[in-house]
Amino acid sequence: MELMIESFPRLLNATLLTVELTLLSLFFGIFVGVFFAILRTSKSKILYYLSYYYSYVFRGTPLLVQIFIIYFGLGQVEWIRESFLWLVLKEPYSCAILAFTLNTGAYSSEIFRSAFETINKGVLEAAKGLGLNKINTFFKIKLPIAIKQSLPAYGNEMVLMLKGTSLASTVTLLDLTGVAKHIISTTFKPIEVFIVAGSIYLLMTFIIHNVIKILEKKYNY
Amino acid sequence: MKNIFKLFLSSIAALMIMFSNAQSDSIRIGTEGAYPPWNSKDASGNLIGFEVELAKELCAIMKHDCTIVEQDWDGMIPGLIMRKFDAIMAGMSITDERLKTINFSRGYADEVASLGVMKGSSLEGMDTPESINLSKGNSKVLKTLTAALAGKTVGVQTATIHQNFLESGDVGKINIRTYKTQDEVNLDLVAGRIDVALAAAVAFTDYAEKSGKPVVLVGPTFAGGAFGNGVGVGIRKDDTKLLKDFNRAIKTASKKGIISKLAIKHFGFDASM
Repeated sequence: MELMIESFPRLLNATLLTVELTLLSLFFGIFVGVFFAILRTSKSKILYYLSYYYSYVFRGTPLLVQIFIIYFGLGQVEWIRESFLWLVLKEPYSCAILAFTLNTGAYSSEIFRSAFETINKGVLEAAKGLGLNKINTFFKIKLPIAIKQSLPAYGNEMVLMLKGTSLASTVTLLDLTGVAKHIISTTFKPIEVFIVAGSIYLLMTFIIHNVIKILEKKYNY
Repeated sequence: MKNIFKLFLSSIAALMIMFSNAQSDSIRIGTEGAYPPWNSKDASGNLIGFEVELAKELCAIMKHDCTIVEQDWDGMIPGLIMRKFDAIMAGMSITDERLKTINFSRGYADEVASLGVMKGSSLEGMDTPESINLSKGNSKVLKTLTAALAGKTVGVQTATIHQNFLESGDVGKINIRTYKTQDEVNLDLVAGRIDVALAAAVAFTDYAEKSGKPVVLVGPTFAGGAFGNGVGVGIRKDDTKLLKDFNRAIKTASKKGIISKLAIKHFGFDASM
């Protein structure tokens, strides 16, 4: 119990990095996701398959493997270390963001794709009838409907991403899990420390859950 | 529905039998299998190395059945306490901090720590004595080290004496990155993500030899103080009989020259104590 109280401030401090990793990855991931979701509706076979295989590979392999390949794998290749890519890949922080973004981007693209597909043809014809051009149709009609449709599934993805950031500790980052492990390494008491860390994750999940609930209400028409 | 329930119950029963069979009378010895030449794995996944062979010798002397269990380094002491195994032989140094939680047998081998860098590093040619013992005053050497390490990123395996030393403040405030295994430390040293690393000297020389990468030792070798007093067998505090058995076996093995022979085979020099 004493250890739980003692470790709490340090864990809370580390939560900042966890939140940062989660929000940044989700932010970049939305753009990646929308981009590849649009490619999936493309008539070009190349663009379609590019998007298809991107999501296939990143959803079909464990996040841990992805972050290891990006961090330890690419770090072994000499020409990468000598190129401008090393600016991004040298730091564990940017490697983690890159891996998380590509991973959540793949899942998001599937969520957004299916949301776009649910849009009723009649709605689009009505938009055409009203004389809206393609860009206006996309931003005024398609996107709001897609957002509403994808909210429940996307909320799920946010929670998964939050928990996924715990893998940042495997590439030397001191996020919530990283600091928890660090405390355990000197106290040898995993149960107490992980209970505190787990509760903090649970609290964050609770917050995400409620934000999504509010948004769902807002977009309910 | 009733049948499904029965199936569920019987599968639980089957699982329980399976787990209870896994528990046997033999001594289970935990090792990491990722810290060559102390302990590691060959290409087909079998545990090998100095401690794996020594464990077999000690068990033969004790006339005990032994099984060697693999355990990640950061869960080693918790694993012992939770009775996943009964003894630790994993290049674990005997330190005051660990003695608060577990017991150690008498030491079976000496470990000296050293800094490792890539050839051509600015840290090469540091003006320090060949070795220092932290139990004695070394403020001058530590000052040299503090100046040399300022602004450098240092890699180290988590939960080690090496991490404790770097975090102790003896060499100032430095940028430390912690890794799960020594392998990962070596990879990032070669990649240039860290400027320097701290580990057992043999961990670097062994890696340099096997990988062909130009990793070299710099500065003094460290012993004493935070680095503890040799490597011993970690045993639960309440397991006094096993502790006695191991102490006696180590004494015998040492007298017979078994430990020296194994040390020379794996380290290239006699690290027995």
